[in-house]
Amino acid sequence: MAEAIQQDVKARVHRDKPLVEVSGLKKYFPVSSGIFSRASSFVHAVDDLNFTIMPGQSLGLVGESGCGKTTTGKLLVRLHEPTAGSILMQTEDGDMEDIAHHKGTALRQFRRRTQMIFQDPYESLNPRRTIFDTVAEPLTVQGIGTLTERQERVAALLNECGLTPPEQFMYRFPHELSGGQRQRVAIARALIIDPMFIVADEPTSMLDVSIRIGVMQLMSNLAERFGVSYLYITHDLAVARYMTDQIGVMYLGKMVERADTEELLSNPLHPYTQALLAATPVPDPRLSRDFINIKGGISKPVDPPPRCRFYARCPIADEFCRDNPHPPLEDKGGGHYVACYKVGVAGA
Amino acid sequence: MSVEQTDQNVGVGAETYGGVRTEQLWRVRLKLLWNSLRSSWAIFSENPIGMIGLVIIFIFGLMALSHPILMATVWDAATYDPIVGFDYTIDSHPSAPSAAHLLGTDPIGRDVLSQLLYSTSSEFGLGIVAALVTVTIGTSIGAVAAFYGGVIDSVLMRLADLVIMIPSLPLLIVLGAFFELNLLMLAFVIGILSGFGGVTVIIKSQALTIKVKPFIEAARVAGGSDFHIIFTHIVPNLLPLAFLYMMFTVTTAIFSEAVLSFFGLMNIRMSWGIMINLAQSEGYLLRGFEFWWLLFPASIAITLLCAAFYLVGRALDEVVNPRLRKR
Amino acid sequence: MSKLLLQVENLTMHYGTRGGDVRAVDNVSFTLAEGDSLGLVGESGCGKTSIAKTLLRLLPDNAKIIGGHVWMGDTDLLALPENEMRKFRWSRISMIFQAAMNSLNPVYTVGEQIIEALELHMGVMDNTQARARVAELFDLVGLDPTFMDRYPHEFSGGMRQRAVIAMTLSCNPDLIIADEPTTALDVIVQDRVLRKLEEVQAKLGMSMIYISHDIAVIAEVSNRIGVMYAGQLVELADSVEIFERPLHPYTFALMKSFPSIKGQRQILQPLEGEPPNLITPPSGCRFHPRCPRATQICVDEVPEFKDYGNSHFAACFHPLEEGDY
Repeated sequence: MAEAIQQDVKARVHRDKPLVEVSGLKKYFPVSSGIFSRASSFVHAVDDLNFTIMPGQSLGLVGESGCGKTTTGKLLVRLHEPTAGSILMQTEDGDMEDIAHHKGTALRQFRRRTQMIFQDPYESLNPRRTIFDTVAEPLTVQGIGTLTERQERVAALLNECGLTPPEQFMYRFPHELSGGQRQRVAIARALIIDPMFIVADEPTSMLDVSIRIGVMQLMSNLAERFGVSYLYITHDLAVARYMTDQIGVMYLGKMVERADTEELLSNPLHPYTQALLAATPVPDPRLSRDFINIKGGISKPVDPPPRCRFYARCPIADEFCRDNPHPPLEDKGGGHYVACYKVGVAGA
Repeated sequence: MSVEQTDQNVGVGAETYGGVRTEQLWRVRLKLLWNSLRSSWAIFSENPIGMIGLVIIFIFGLMALSHPILMATVWDAATYDPIVGFDYTIDSHPSAPSAAHLLGTDPIGRDVLSQLLYSTSSEFGLGIVAALVTVTIGTSIGAVAAFYGGVIDSVLMRLADLVIMIPSLPLLIVLGAFFELNLLMLAFVIGILSGFGGVTVIIKSQALTIKVKPFIEAARVAGGSDFHIIFTHIVPNLLPLAFLYMMFTVTTAIFSEAVLSFFGLMNIRMSWGIMINLAQSEGYLLRGFEFWWLLFPASIAITLLCAAFYLVGRALDEVVNPRLRKR
Repeated sequence: MSKLLLQVENLTMHYGTRGGDVRAVDNVSFTLAEGDSLGLVGESGCGKTSIAKTLLRLLPDNAKIIGGHVWMGDTDLLALPENEMRKFRWSRISMIFQAAMNSLNPVYTVGEQIIEALELHMGVMDNTQARARVAELFDLVGLDPTFMDRYPHEFSGGMRQRAVIAMTLSCNPDLIIADEPTTALDVIVQDRVLRKLEEVQAKLGMSMIYISHDIAVIAEVSNRIGVMYAGQLVELADSVEIFERPLHPYTFALMKSFPSIKGQRQILQPLEGEPPNLITPPSGCRFHPRCPRATQICVDEVPEFKDYGNSHFAACFHPLEEGDY
């Protein structure tokens, strides 16, 4: 049925090309200083990000609140327009297209390939619309398929997402569902249009422990079946460990370290990543943790000085860090990227 | 509440979307609407204030219906017509209540009860049209101002401020002096004034809280246009509040009509306000209880109907704002 | 073994609602020794916060204490008249509420608010004396005492949470109940607040009850752990013991479903189903519909919460054994 809707997702993606390629991505928000004056200072929410995501791979963005990870996610689904930089995304024909400043029809066309899953399953579903209306929305607004086809597709996808039997859920309202069920609805909505890339913003952080793993596994399984890549945003390194192939650690709008997930967790090189790992509680009283004391707290990157963003809190910073610009994100061997002057090349 | 279940199974994988018997969507929606009305009614009906209001409105509804029936059956048109009727059997008018005229006759010989019943339906019409205009203007302008913000918001809100600043009753009096308003015009003027004034401001602030919800962002990521987001996501979430202000507008409209008619500024032939206006112009207003039937039926009707819509509004407030609800 | 501070016996509390009684706390018993820290862990709606509120008798109007005793020494807190109970709160037991850092009043300085709390419970004090006490408390929780004349908005989230902790310490309580004390905080700040709490507890020798949905946080800070499910305490043991030898299948499932950054990357196992509705909870053992080990007896009878040795309590007909892990 519904050839209009269903496509062979796996054949669509060119595996040898990156799915997403971000370079020099910046987003500055003006700090309003008054009603009549023009903003003179800016929050550097995302400042010069560069990364690629290969098809079938998932990248985790990890960091504390205010580090710019959610802004990055919203830039990639174009809920925000970047201040500078390019976001190349693979199109259906395998070309790379810069979507950073798309508008109108081009933007709408792009929305068929990229979707988002939000953090709060209670606020991300319109309370006045049925589950069917919510899940079918991408099809409805893009004018894809007939009503019957949409109903069939929604039913099939709800079934896939573990909401069985789907007839029991289709015409209910969000308030009749539990948090875990709602998040499954949100996953179904993100998948209904067969996207190639999904930004998942803390999709399990508001769910209960016993529900969370089910949703995480569902997301992994569906990603594999439908050939979708995630940008997985989370504050929880332990969750990122299970959901991602690579992790990028962000601090005040900058990516300070990026490596394969297990490599990053077992061999963190940047002092901030080390502190983050040391502070993450371990669900086992028999395992001890190190304690790394970093100074102060996270601040807002309002017109930050050009030096390393982590300078003020860094336990190993020296004059060189103070007098030089923010260090570039460099490969320290084996695809382990670190932005720190004090970290030598691996093995050295 | 559960929706009718189909007996067929859905295909297992995404590859086999076929095979599901889908229900008629409009039937499902009708059922859902019915369910939501029923559950809202359950909350509303527990509120004695709202029920009193509803009973009063219901009685006035019966009164409005009874007039054409009475005219067609019991009442003879020449005597009981609310506008041109005259009872030749009585020597002097106004006459006190009697078996033939339960609420007496007015200074020019017309049956007061007939006038009272006849006016009821136009009061309802006035109130409902004014309320609909209010809600349409209030929600669309409020939603648009909240959604776009910036210049559009500023312009619309300054206009709203202007409407709020102008005292509406004196304005209506001035308008009435120039244009001789009929009921429909009055309904639109009141609807525009209350819709583009306070209601817009209140609805806009509600729309602002909805605009920042993640489901709005989700709709945008789905590819929804501004129009889609405003009218399928923001407006439906404003309607309960808008419905509440509809009730209060009905009260304003009926009251304003009474005041304007009392001053003789309305281009209509009969209404509760005109009944009082006649009593006044013929000099019966300040004579205490002596000619009570010229004054009290119409004024009590105005008071009761205004109060009834207000009470219903208050009770709806509890349905709309769960925080006000007792457990 | 050290002296007992708190003894909770068969505590049962319901909330009356339109749809019927919510059996939020059902027959919960535990003890807490002086200087000990107990962690109550469970999912949202399992009754852990309700227990805390019952202990302090800070319940909403629709709550009904059906039965049980809360002994603190020779006093049954549930039998105390309200005015006596008021003296108990803060001076003997105080509580750090969930998102307490947002409960500071923005129009008063942090110092003023702590002094107000102090005077409410200890009587009016001389200003210099009160300020000295606040400085002492600030010092204790690792805040700069000169910050006491600042307003809450000048504090970061972690600092506000410490200020709230300082406030709860103001009357030298014997017991502090911390309900999700770090849930809204970032990991690095959470780590600092938890370490500070542990440090203060060690210094002052009081007892703690930590309440959290996060088994990792509980494992870090408490030396005894109680696992709650659907209004009941299903297992209670020393923390190392419970991790090494969990008896209740729910405890085991909870541990299996919690991701960790340490150790081998294990396969996480989801727990099927959802927590039950507490208006009509399942018969027998409330966990039986989701339990892989359930048999007919679990449906028919309520398992007894009994001691399996080593003060390891569990309520299960088919507790896990050595070969099951």
